[in-house]
Amino acid sequence: MGVASEYKEGVLRVKITGDFDMAVADKIRCHIDEKLDEGRVRNILMDLTDVGFIDSSGLGVILGRYKRVTVLGGKMAITGAQPQVRRILELSGVEKIIRCYEIEDEAFKAM
Amino acid sequence: MKLSNKMAMEFSSIPDNVALARVTVAAFASQMDFTLEDLDEIKVAVSEAVSNSIIHGYLNNPGFVVVVRAAIYNDNLLEIEISDNGTGIEDIEQAMEPAYSSNPERMGLGFSFMQSFMDKVEVDSAQGQGTKVRLIKGLTGSKNNTQEN
Repeated sequence: MGVASEYKEGVLRVKITGDFDMAVADKIRCHIDEKLDEGRVRNILMDLTDVGFIDSSGLGVILGRYKRVTVLGGKMAITGAQPQVRRILELSGVEKIIRCYEIEDEAFKAM
Repeated sequence: MKLSNKMAMEFSSIPDNVALARVTVAAFASQMDFTLEDLDEIKVAVSEAVSNSIIHGYLNNPGFVVVVRAAIYNDNLLEIEISDNGTGIEDIEQAMEPAYSSNPERMGLGFSFMQSFMDKVEVDSAQGQGTKVRLIKGLTGSKNNTQEN
């Protein structure tokens, strides 16, 4: 379970692996916030391809980062959400405000 | 109702044990004819309830205990109980409102997910008295089994 990120085409690409619950929420939140604090980018692409589980703790991190990039004038997108994760994104309404893509290239083009 | 099987576990109120709880209950529930989607839903519901105990009940203090019990009745009804001896809930109705959270950093969707994914959610709590959350789910087509006998 973890988080790694890289800068790509003006976007902070964040890859999360494992279960996205309260056990890792603070770690992931801090990781992304530190990167945003550097001021190099204001767009985030969150790669959830290897996330097998998400609950409202994980959603809280995603939504909190969305609010932050919105204030900065940036955009956020999600890629690779597995069906059970996608269902939680739909049910919570997060999918209505943060676009989900299956193909990463499409997400980058949109940003 | 005939008790088919039951389990109980207690664990320290630490974040790493949220996954332990949901995986264990899902493994127990897999003895029934739930679909994989049902089991995913049960995992989310348990995760939310246990997270609530740790975050709200015990205010993220790792020195306490959360108890999770589960039982299968008539081979078609699953009952899960998550309990803590934490701070308790002063206003249960308010706590269960969608998007309400006593913590401004959180989304307040825990009970909403529990209610979406389980057939019935019962909360027994009072300030300073701890909290007990009962989650009940029947097999598809057996929703009438969630009625009290």
